[in-house]
Parts: sequence; structure tokens; C-alpha cells
Amino acid sequence: MTFQEISSFSQSWGAVFLLTMFIIAVAYALWPSNKKKFDNAAKSLLDEE
Amino acid sequence: MTYQNNPPVVSRLSQSLTTICLAVGIILALIIAGKTTSAAMQFHALILIVTFFAGIVALFNLGGRINEVEHKPSPSGVYYNNTIVKYGVIASCFWGIAGFLVGDILAWELAFPVLNMDMPWTNFGRLRPLHTSAVIFAFGGNVLIATSFYVVQRTCKARLAGEIAPWFVFWGYQLFIVLAATGYLLGITQSKEYAEPEWYVDLWLTIVWVVYLLVFLGTIWRRKEPHIYVANWFYLAFIVTIAMLHLVNNASLPISFVEPKSYTLFAGVQDALTQWWYGHNAVGFFLTAGFLAIMYYFVPKRAERPIYSYRLSIVHFWSLIFLYIWAGPHHLHYTALPDWAQTLGMTFSVMLWMPSWGGMINGLMTLSGAWDKLRTDPVLKMLVVSVAFYGMSTFEGPLMSIKAVNGLSHYTDWTIGHVHSGALGWVAYVSFGALYCLTPWLWGRKGLYSLKLVNIHFWVSTVGILLYICAMWVSGIMQGLMWRAYTDLGFLEYSFVETVAAMQPYYIIRAIGGLLFIVGSLVMVYNLWRTILGHTAGEESPENISKAIAAQALGE
Repeated sequence: MTFQEISSFSQSWGAVFLLTMFIIAVAYALWPSNKKKFDNAAKSLLDEE
Repeated sequence: MTYQNNPPVVSRLSQSLTTICLAVGIILALIIAGKTTSAAMQFHALILIVTFFAGIVALFNLGGRINEVEHKPSPSGVYYNNTIVKYGVIASCFWGIAGFLVGDILAWELAFPVLNMDMPWTNFGRLRPLHTSAVIFAFGGNVLIATSFYVVQRTCKARLAGEIAPWFVFWGYQLFIVLAATGYLLGITQSKEYAEPEWYVDLWLTIVWVVYLLVFLGTIWRRKEPHIYVANWFYLAFIVTIAMLHLVNNASLPISFVEPKSYTLFAGVQDALTQWWYGHNAVGFFLTAGFLAIMYYFVPKRAERPIYSYRLSIVHFWSLIFLYIWAGPHHLHYTALPDWAQTLGMTFSVMLWMPSWGGMINGLMTLSGAWDKLRTDPVLKMLVVSVAFYGMSTFEGPLMSIKAVNGLSHYTDWTIGHVHSGALGWVAYVSFGALYCLTPWLWGRKGLYSLKLVNIHFWVSTVGILLYICAMWVSGIMQGLMWRAYTDLGFLEYSFVETVAAMQPYYIIRAIGGLLFIVGSLVMVYNLWRTILGHTAGEESPENISKAIAAQALGE
């Protein structure tokens, strides 16, 4: 494997991979059914001793 | 809700295994002490022997004769490990004052070089890494370890994993600091910024850090809460990334296992890029992600409001993770680094502005509907100003990473000013806020000894920071402009020494600013000390003050 092959692989598929991961993370944050869980997490912080 | 938990005990097996490891450490240190030709490394080996021996003695006193650790369950029935956090609070105060003091001595040395007393140990070049390591790793690191141990327990409703391991992390980390700091003064350094300690100190930190990661993960594993609160994500990102950065950047080959000197595995520009990949992500994951975890726990707790948007906090987290790691090359503009890599570093730095401000807005808007608390609670004021400084320095950073701006700002005092607006305004202030919260909580006091003193601390330090950063802006931009000034004939207008002479007044202003910052932190230490002793200054509580203000507003 040459440097050229590695760098062109990482510059194309690497970028696609990272972007996909990021989109999944944002989708997880904005998914409507997760809202209740997040609200609970934010509120339960104030309950503990 | 209460949980059924057993009182914590120390396991005999881990006691014996840890003793064996420490005994092996003593033997290795004895070999090094006997064979080395370096007096400084011999001194370090002796420190190791004494500390490991003390560790073995402490191990067998931990938990007393029946191996039960001192314990008291919280109202919900969890046996929180508070003692280790108390130690962390005290260590943070100690290293904070030490690090700030060395910094201000350096500031005066720059203004009046005669103050280095012409001795190698007090030379600027040796004291400077002592200052940076003391404030970042000793003060910042202890704050992060202490708060992470507190936050992970409370948000998971579980006791810290392990009885010996957390103490190993705490004392092992202090040992790392002592080895690094004494090494610098004795002249041991591998000359990598923020990664100066030599190979054997790096190895020791690696062991401590892996145990830290295991303690943190182990606690999350035991959690009673189904969801892992976002502050823990930030702490975990900080721990994991620092481990990765530390291992890669410190990859080196010692000339012998009994000598301090080593050679890095990278060469030339690859070494430079690895170093600034490390250096900038130390800023991104140590000084940003770690302290954002503090923000996401302590700002909502102190304001008694849930975080403004939990969704935004997740987007903040992931965009920070995906963007920060690429920003390092902006430290190497106009160097031998390929142009595309410089541009990549610049582009990602500019993009970082968005998640940074998203996070700042999330922190600040948590106070919506509770802004009146700023009038009565100086601790909250300190936390909010820290978030504002976070916003300011994460705007200034991307600006300075733009190549055209960097051509003016690089190698000048502007950089020093930028670093300190982040370090003093953001990192130190959010840490002070956390320490002011933690002390009464941990020692079971109703509140701090005096809120008036917190207010004094706030104003004295804020004036100090402003003097510091304004002096460095003026001095840095002046320096940059003088360097690039040409005469009509095309010659450089100023010699280098003329630019140095022009900066002296600003150096004096900076040193005064730093002095005010130290005075402020001494006021804090006094206040925390009186709080621990259980004293109160007999002031009105914030609730009573707000009631009085409300009554006044109603015209009563």
C-alpha cells in the first residue's frame, strides 16, 4: 500500500465515515422520541442531594 | 428513592496485589538510583522509593483493622466517596496558588530580567514550564479529577468504583506533578511544550491515567440512573483523548533505562505536527471539554435550573469532538508544514466557533428566568462570567487562526493574552465557582463563610484579568506591527531590541494584573478555609437579600 492509496482512501471514505457518524449523533440528539429522556436527565440533576 | 447498598470495604486481595506492585516499583527505583549517572534522576528515584514505601504503609491503614472504610450513607442510601473529593479541593487550592505565584514571578522577571538572580534554577526557561504545568496539570488537573469524582458519583447515584484505585489516582497524580516540577528546575526536559516531562515520568502518568479511566468507567458501569448525564460524556472525552494524545506525542526511545534523556520517534515537521496536534487538543480536551463538564453540572446546580437545552448540549458535545481534533496545524502557519495542512487547521478552527458559541449560549441561557440571582450570588456571577470568557476566547482563537491575522499575531504577546483570557477568565473562574460550590456541600456547611469575600475575590481578579489581557493586546499588536514595519528604502524600521524595549511598560501592567489575580485567589483560599472550619461571617443569606430587594421594589 502506498502513501497515495492511503491518503486518497482517508480523504474520501474517511470523510464519508466521519460525516455519517456526525449525522447519526445529531439525529440522536434531535429525535422526537428522545426528548422525554433528555428532559428527565436535565431535571433529575436538580433532585439529588 | 432509596437504594440498597452495602457499606464499602477494602478487599484484602487488592491490598496485597497493590503492595506487590509498589514493592516492584521500589526495586526498579533502587536499580535506577544505583546505576544512573544523572544526579537529577537519582533524586527522582529516591522520591519514588519514599513515596512507594509511604503508599504501602497507607494501604494497610486504609479501612482500619476490619477493612471497612469510614462511611455514612446519603439520604437516598448511597455511600458516596466524599473524602477523596475533599482532598482534591485542598490540592487544587494548593497547586493553584503555587502555579499563579510562579507565573507572576515570571511576569516580573520579563519586566526586570535581573530578578532571575542569574541562577540556573530560577532562569525564565526553567520556571516557565513549571508555571504552565503547575496551572494546567496541577491546578486544572486536580480540579478536573476532584469534580469528575464528585459529578460521576452524584449523576450515576453510585459510589466511586474501587477503594484503593481512586487514592492511587489522587496520590499518583500528585507524584507525577512533583516529578515533573522538580525535573524542570533540575534541567530535565524533552522540550515539547506542555509535554516537557521525560519518558519515565510519562510512563508513570500513563499508569495513573489508565487507572483513572477505569475508576470513571467502573462508576458509570454501576450507575442507578439509566441515562448518562452529559457532563460525564465531556469528562470521558477528556480522559480518553488525553490518554491518546499523551501516548502518541510522547512516543520516544530512552538512551538507557537508567538515564533521563530520550529521543522522539518522529523527526522534523512530522514531529512538529504531532506536537501541535497534541498541544492544541490539550487545550481542546483538557482545558475545554473537561471544564465544560464542570459548566454542565455546576451552572444548573447553582442556578437551580435545568440546562437550557439538553439537545443543544449533545450537539455541542459531538461537534466539539468531531472538529477540535483537526485544529492543531494552525500553530504551524507559514512553517515547513504543507500548505494544505495549514489551511485545514485554519478551516476547522473557524468552524469550531459554532459549537463553542452554542455551548456558551446553552450555559448562559440556563439562567433565563433566574438572572436576578446574579445580584445576590457572587458564586453564580463568577460561573457566568467564566462562560462569557469562554465565549470571548473561543471567538478570538478562530480569529487568530486565520492565516492573515496569524501573520500579525504569531510569536507576539497577543497569543499570551489570548491564552490567559481563556486560562484565567474561563478555566480558573469556572474552577473557582466549582470550588465555592463543593466546599460547603462536602463539609456539610449551610453556605460559605462569607459571600462578601467571594465578591471581593471576583472584582479584584476581574480587574487583574482585564489589566493582563488589555496589556497583552496592546503589546502584542504593537510588537507585530513593529516587526513588519519597513522604511521608504525597504529596510526594517526597528531592530529586535527596540521592540523589546517598547514592551516594558505593558510587561509591568501585566505583572500587576497577575498580582491582583493572586490576591483574589488568596482571598478565596481564606474563605474556603473558614468554611471548612465551620465559621460564618454573619451575613444575610442570598434568599433574604432577594426578599429585601423584592420588598423594596414593591415600595414597602
